[in-house]
Amino acid sequence: MNTRAEFARLAYRGRTASIGFAYGPFVRFDAAPSGKRTFGTPKDEMAAIRAALDVAERQIAALASASGGEAAQILEFQVALLTDEDLLDPIFAAVQSGTPADEAWSAALEEQIEGYNSAPDEYLQARSSDLADLRDRVLVTLRGSVNEAPGVPGGAIVCADDMPPSRFLEIDWSEGGGLALLRGSPTSHVALLARSRGIPMIVQLGAVAAGARTALLDAAGGMLELDPGPDQIDSFELRREAHRNSRAAAHAILRRPAALWEGEKIRLMINIQRVEDLGHADAEFADGIGLMRTEFLLGGQAGLPSEETQYAAYQAVLRWAGERPVTIRTFDAGGDKPVPGFTESGEANPFLGVRGLRLCLVRPDIFVVQLRALARAAVDGNLKVMFPMVTTPEEVEAGRSLFAKAVSQLQADGIPAKLPELGIMIEVPAAALTIEQFNASFFSIGSNDLTQYVTACDRSNGKLGKLNDPLNPAVIELIRRTVQHGKRAGVNVSLCGDMAAEPHCIPALLHCGLRELSVNPSALGEVKQAIATLGSGGSS
Amino acid sequence: MLETSKANGQNIVGSVRLVHAEGMHARPAVKLTKLAKKFKANIFIRASTGDDWINAKSVAKVMALRAARDSIIEIKATGEDAEAAVKALTNLVAADFPDGGP
Repeated sequence: MNTRAEFARLAYRGRTASIGFAYGPFVRFDAAPSGKRTFGTPKDEMAAIRAALDVAERQIAALASASGGEAAQILEFQVALLTDEDLLDPIFAAVQSGTPADEAWSAALEEQIEGYNSAPDEYLQARSSDLADLRDRVLVTLRGSVNEAPGVPGGAIVCADDMPPSRFLEIDWSEGGGLALLRGSPTSHVALLARSRGIPMIVQLGAVAAGARTALLDAAGGMLELDPGPDQIDSFELRREAHRNSRAAAHAILRRPAALWEGEKIRLMINIQRVEDLGHADAEFADGIGLMRTEFLLGGQAGLPSEETQYAAYQAVLRWAGERPVTIRTFDAGGDKPVPGFTESGEANPFLGVRGLRLCLVRPDIFVVQLRALARAAVDGNLKVMFPMVTTPEEVEAGRSLFAKAVSQLQADGIPAKLPELGIMIEVPAAALTIEQFNASFFSIGSNDLTQYVTACDRSNGKLGKLNDPLNPAVIELIRRTVQHGKRAGVNVSLCGDMAAEPHCIPALLHCGLRELSVNPSALGEVKQAIATLGSGGSS
Repeated sequence: MLETSKANGQNIVGSVRLVHAEGMHARPAVKLTKLAKKFKANIFIRASTGDDWINAKSVAKVMALRAARDSIIEIKATGEDAEAAVKALTNLVAADFPDGGP
């Protein structure tokens, strides 16, 4: 009678980590292998745990030599734990007094994991999944299924508490399927893997009922439905079909070869606010990342971000981009983006105050941490770095000198690092008017601030809407000069403000000579189409 | 910053400021315990006076210290190579855990 109510109870909401739809068998893939083993005498159990620790150590050593870099360092920590007497002795003592090997091991590792989970520091919290990985690796050996992922049927909706990347890679995704995590995060390594393989994924579902046989995973709407009834399946298929159609239309535009205008290729890059933005389905069609903002790193609960936290974020973006260029902008705090403990307070006119590079130069304690993380990331990919809110060449040189010092310090410590290509934002009229004085590898025009400063209009004041116009001839003139100087000097120029995504502004930008625009991922299709329309109109 | 002194004949003690930007995170903790294990001496550390001493050869314990940047790491060792151990460990921390160290 009340089947409808029961169905409703079995729908769960989470956060989208990788967009897509999947319908298939529901499989709980619990982090801790749950099979019970028959246990022997304390002597047998001691032999079993010692053997399992040996196997784990050999497996991790093999993984470390195959992966290298940061992964190898994390794995080295796991190896160190496997030979840690203070950790192992109580486990051995428990086993000798009759506790089964797997229970003793689990209990000791759980205690460690709890400790890390309750740490205030994001970095330490992230280590808890390394410990869970180690716990499970040893348990799998103890319970006698060495290196074998529990059987996951093809196309299954896999549900787990959380999942380390190594587990994800052990599952056969060739028939599709999806991933539903009770905890997890859209910025995790496993989320990046799911997006790159097109596996739909939802995280942070909280708790999910056990024992379901089939599931619908709608990772566009962020919903998981268990043992669905016919009406739920119908509704799901309609949503899947609508999603497919809208994707197909967008793909048809995005998949076309690069937009051409007057026979020249227009490079279309994307602006991202945070690593998760790369999960946007259209992001993959970009020619690179024209602007990665880094202010999101300043918003954490744990205070200012550590070098490791930043390095991990930059590395994740570079890994996503592969060969494509990635331009990361150093902290642009201040103005309308106050950050406690960093920005100046009580400025009468913060847009004209100590913001962007100005602020970074007076807070080298914070700036150098970012420069170190960037210098380390530069080793891993096609990284470019730019300074925001530049007024004079002296500021750029001061920033460059801090950067160079950070690189030599890292290298002296034996940490791989290099100075990436260094460019500047053109948003202060003084810089645009004296552009030939600047030594930079590239210029990126920040048209929002440039317009605000050229027209003397506070961009946050809605009453000035009409006056704050990026098509004001004075703004266009400064853009044109910047592009012309770039052409003469052989320095790349791009534009990353909102006007790049406005179809009515695009003709003016192309006429100024711009050949590279950077827009939000969701605007890529529309911008590409606008250029294609202009291109075919202009050439005939 | 770096000082070693003999206390009561057997215990060798030293102290050093943790300059590593991240504090005592995984990479430095692994390096410190690896180096400590090269010595026969019993080696203990703590991150502030008055705390319990913990085994410098245990990476789980060293991580659990959660020593922040600029904390003073005290090192204490007993045994035949205690003096060399304290010297090597203070050098490692003072030099900010260089790669390819001793």
